[in-house]
Amino acid sequence: MESPYASEMLNITKRFPGIIANDNITLQLRKGEIHALLGENGAGKSTLMSVLFGLYQAEEGIIKKDGVEVKIKDPNDANALGIGMVHQHFKLVECFTVLDNIIMGVEPVGPLGFLRKKEAREKVLALSKKYGLEVDPDAKIEDITVGMQQRTEILKMLYRDNEILIFDEPTAVLTPQEIVELMQIMRNLAAEGKSILFISHKLAEIMAVADRCTVLRKGKYIGTVNTKDTTMEELSAMMVGRNVNFHVAKKPAQPGEAILEVQHMTVASKTHSNNAVKDVSFTVRRGEIVCIAGIDGNGQSELVYGLTGLEPLTSGKIILEGKDITKASIRKRSTSGMSHIPEDRHKHGLVLDYSLEYNIILQTYFESRFTDRMGFLRRKSIRSYSDKLIDQYDVRSGQGSITSARAMSGGNQQKAIIARELDKQPELLVAVQPTRGLDVGAIEYIHKQLVAQRDAGKGVLLISLELDEVMDVPDRILVMYEGEIVGELDPKKTTQEELGLYMAGAKRDEVRA
Amino acid sequence: MKRLLKRPGVQTFVASIICILLGLLIGYIVLLFINPQGAWQSIMDVIRNFFTWSRPQQQLKQFGNTLAKTIPLIMCSLSILFSYKVGLFNIGTAGQYVAGACASLYAALAWGWGWLPCMLFAIVAASLLGAIVGFLKAYCNVNEVISGIMLNWISLYTANTILSNVKETASPYTLYLNKENPAALLPNVGLDTLFNKNTYVTIAVPLALIIAVLVSIVLNKTRFGYELRATGLNKNASRYAGMAENRNIILTLVISGALAGLGASMLYQTGYMRWECTQSSVPAMGFNGIAAAFLGGLSPIGAIFSSFFIQHITDGGQYVNTNFYSSQISDVISSVIIYLCGFVLFIKLTMNRMLSRSEEKKGGKK
Repeated sequence: MESPYASEMLNITKRFPGIIANDNITLQLRKGEIHALLGENGAGKSTLMSVLFGLYQAEEGIIKKDGVEVKIKDPNDANALGIGMVHQHFKLVECFTVLDNIIMGVEPVGPLGFLRKKEAREKVLALSKKYGLEVDPDAKIEDITVGMQQRTEILKMLYRDNEILIFDEPTAVLTPQEIVELMQIMRNLAAEGKSILFISHKLAEIMAVADRCTVLRKGKYIGTVNTKDTTMEELSAMMVGRNVNFHVAKKPAQPGEAILEVQHMTVASKTHSNNAVKDVSFTVRRGEIVCIAGIDGNGQSELVYGLTGLEPLTSGKIILEGKDITKASIRKRSTSGMSHIPEDRHKHGLVLDYSLEYNIILQTYFESRFTDRMGFLRRKSIRSYSDKLIDQYDVRSGQGSITSARAMSGGNQQKAIIARELDKQPELLVAVQPTRGLDVGAIEYIHKQLVAQRDAGKGVLLISLELDEVMDVPDRILVMYEGEIVGELDPKKTTQEELGLYMAGAKRDEVRA
Repeated sequence: MKRLLKRPGVQTFVASIICILLGLLIGYIVLLFINPQGAWQSIMDVIRNFFTWSRPQQQLKQFGNTLAKTIPLIMCSLSILFSYKVGLFNIGTAGQYVAGACASLYAALAWGWGWLPCMLFAIVAASLLGAIVGFLKAYCNVNEVISGIMLNWISLYTANTILSNVKETASPYTLYLNKENPAALLPNVGLDTLFNKNTYVTIAVPLALIIAVLVSIVLNKTRFGYELRATGLNKNASRYAGMAENRNIILTLVISGALAGLGASMLYQTGYMRWECTQSSVPAMGFNGIAAAFLGGLSPIGAIFSSFFIQHITDGGQYVNTNFYSSQISDVISSVIIYLCGFVLFIKLTMNRMLSRSEEKKGGKK
C-alpha cells in the first residue's frame, strides 16, 4: 500500500509581474519519502518551495497537510505545521555561535526568562551525534566553513522537530564525503517517517537518494517519475528539453611555459593559531587547467586569498609570468594578468545594488576607456561595452545593462562575473568553485569557457569541491589536505575512490616542489 | 501612477512630504495639549515664518536671514550624506563645523586676514579633524561615530579657549567682525540689494548651491564617486576589485570635514552670528544636517530644499505666540518636526512594501 500524503500542493499558480513562475503545478509528498524537485535555474523550484514555506502566496491552487487544506501565510505558519527549510543562501546570524543560531526563535527559557542553554546544548549534541552532523556548538558562524554552516542549518530544522524538511540544493557546497554522509542522513530521516523535499539539479544524487522526482521546466509541470524506473539521461532530457553532454569535450592539453609559480607559500589562519596554508609549492603552465581539490576548509580559501592579495603571505613567493608579485597590491595583480572568479559571488564578486553595467566594469573602471582624464566616467562607452559583453556571454536580465545585479538569477550573476573576468584577457584565471549552485546548462557553459581559456594558451587554476568537476575538467589535480598539497594526480588515470582517499588524508605522496 | 511611484526620486519626494506633514501634525497636537487656544495660530505662524510680517520689505529681509542660516545647514547635510554614501556615519560633522567656525573667526579677528584666506583656513582646520577620524577608522578600526562624538567635545572646548582671546571683555561673545575686520566679511556681490539690503546674504548662497551640484556630480559621474559608492555598498567586493579602501575612507572624511568647515565659515563670516565662548553644547547645525540629509533623500540636490525647509521651520518657531506658550516651545515644535524628518527611509521602505504587495495581488487578477 502506498503511504498517505504528508503534504500536497495542488494546481499551484504563482505569477510575478511579467512572468508566470509556477503554472498549475501539483506536487504530492508522501510520508517518509525523499522527493526530489528537479529543474534548471528559473524553472520555478524555489518559488514553489517558497509558496510551501509561506514566503509567497499562490494565486491559485491549494495546499494540504495530512489531507487537510491549510493556509500558509508566513514562515511562522509553516513552522507551526512542521515544515522546515534549509535555504540555498543560509539564514544565519554571523556573529552568533552555532548553538545560538540553532535555538534562535525557540530558545528554552526558565521561569525567570533566563536562557537554559545547557538543555539546548545537550539536545543539539545528541542530534548532531545521531545524524553525524559534526559541528562545534560554540564556534561563531563567521569563523566556520560553508559546509559547517549548512550543518547548522540542518540541525536548526531537526531541533524544531520538523516533519517536512525542504533542502534547497543542499549538496552544492558539500564535499563528496559530506554528500555521502548527507544522503545517509536523509535516508535515516526518511526512515524515521520524516518527509523530505530535495531541490537539486544534480542527477546522480537524485538517482542515488530520492524515491520519486518531480521535474519542472520554465514554470511548468513536466512530470513525476519513480527514480527506480528512470535513467539520468531521461531526467536530464525532461529537465532541459534536450540532451545534455555530461562530459567536458576537450582536446589533450598542450602545456607551455610556466605562468604561475608558487614557492613555499605559507598563509596564517584567521580562525586558529596554525597556518591555514603550509609551505605549498606548485606551478601552473600555459595551456593547462590545474585543479586544487580537497574537502572544504583545508586551506583552499586562504590559498586563494594569498594568491590574489587579500591576505599577506607569512612566507614564500608568488611569481606571475616571471615577475615576483608576492608583495604586489590586489590591483597590481589584477592588471598584471590575473583574473579571479571568487568563491562567494554575493560577498566578493558583485556590488549587488549596482547596475549590471557597473558590475561589468568593476575590475576595469579606472582604465582610460571608461574614465576620462578628468576622472569622469565615460557613460557611453561603459554602456556599449556592457551591452557587448551581455550579448557575447549571453547574460540574461530584465532590463539589460541597467538591471540591478540583485535582481538577476544566480546563474546570470555568475555569467556576468565570468564575462568581466574573461574579457580582461587574463594570462592566469583563478576560478574558485565557479559552478557552485548552478544548473546543468550553466555548468556546461562555464566548463566550456574554462577549456577555451586553456586552449587559448592561458593558465587556469580551478579550485573545486565537486568531485565530478575535479575529475572532468582539469589536466592535473593537486589535492589539498590540512593546508598542504598531499598529492598530484592525473585525472585520466585516477579514480574517484583514490581521489577521495587523498582528500580525506588517508593517503599522501611525498610533496613535490 | 504606480509606475511613477516606483521611481526612487519620486518616492523620496513623497516620503519627505509625508514626514513633513506628520511632523507638523504632531507639533500641532503638542500645542493642543499645552494650550488649545492658540494652537492653530501658532502652528500656522511656524509654517509662515517670515510671511508673518505684514510688510513685504520686512518679509524680504527676514527671508534673507533664513537664507543666511540655510547655507551652513546645506553644507552640513552635504557633509553627512557624502560620508554616508561610503557607509560612514560622520557624526563628527558637528565638531568639524566648530573647527571651521573657530579657524575662520580667529584668523579674521586675531590676524586680520581677508575673507578668502579665512574661508580656506576654516576648510583646512575642519578637514584635518575629519582626517583624524578617518585615520582612526582606517588604521585602528575605531568606529567613526565614537571618535566623531569625542572630537565634537574636544573641538568645542578648544574653540571656546582659542576664541576667548578675541572676545569682548564685557560679554562672552567674540568681537564684531564688521567693526574689527570688515575685509573678512563675505562679499555681497549685489545679493543684499535683492533682500532689502540684508547684508547677511552673501556670495555664500550661490557658492553653496554650486557645491551641492558639484557633490552630486562627483558622486554620480566620476570614478572617485563610483569607488566611494561601491565601497559603501559592498566593502568586500570593492577590496576584491583592488580599490584602496583605507585611502578612500580617509579621503571621504577629509572631504566631509571640509564641507562642514566651509559651512561654518559661510555663516560666521557673514557677521550674522558671533561665537559664544562659554557655550557648553556643540552647535546644533551639524546634527540638524543629519535630519536635512535624510529628509532630502540623501541626494545633494534634495539637501538644498530640505535644509531650507528645516531652517524655515526653526526660524518660524520664534513667531509662536508667547502669550499662550513659553518661549522654549519654538524649539520643541521645530525639533519634533526635524525628528520626524529622519523617518524618510522608513516611510520609503513601507511604501515599497505596500507597492509590491498590491502588485502581487494585481498579478493574481490578470
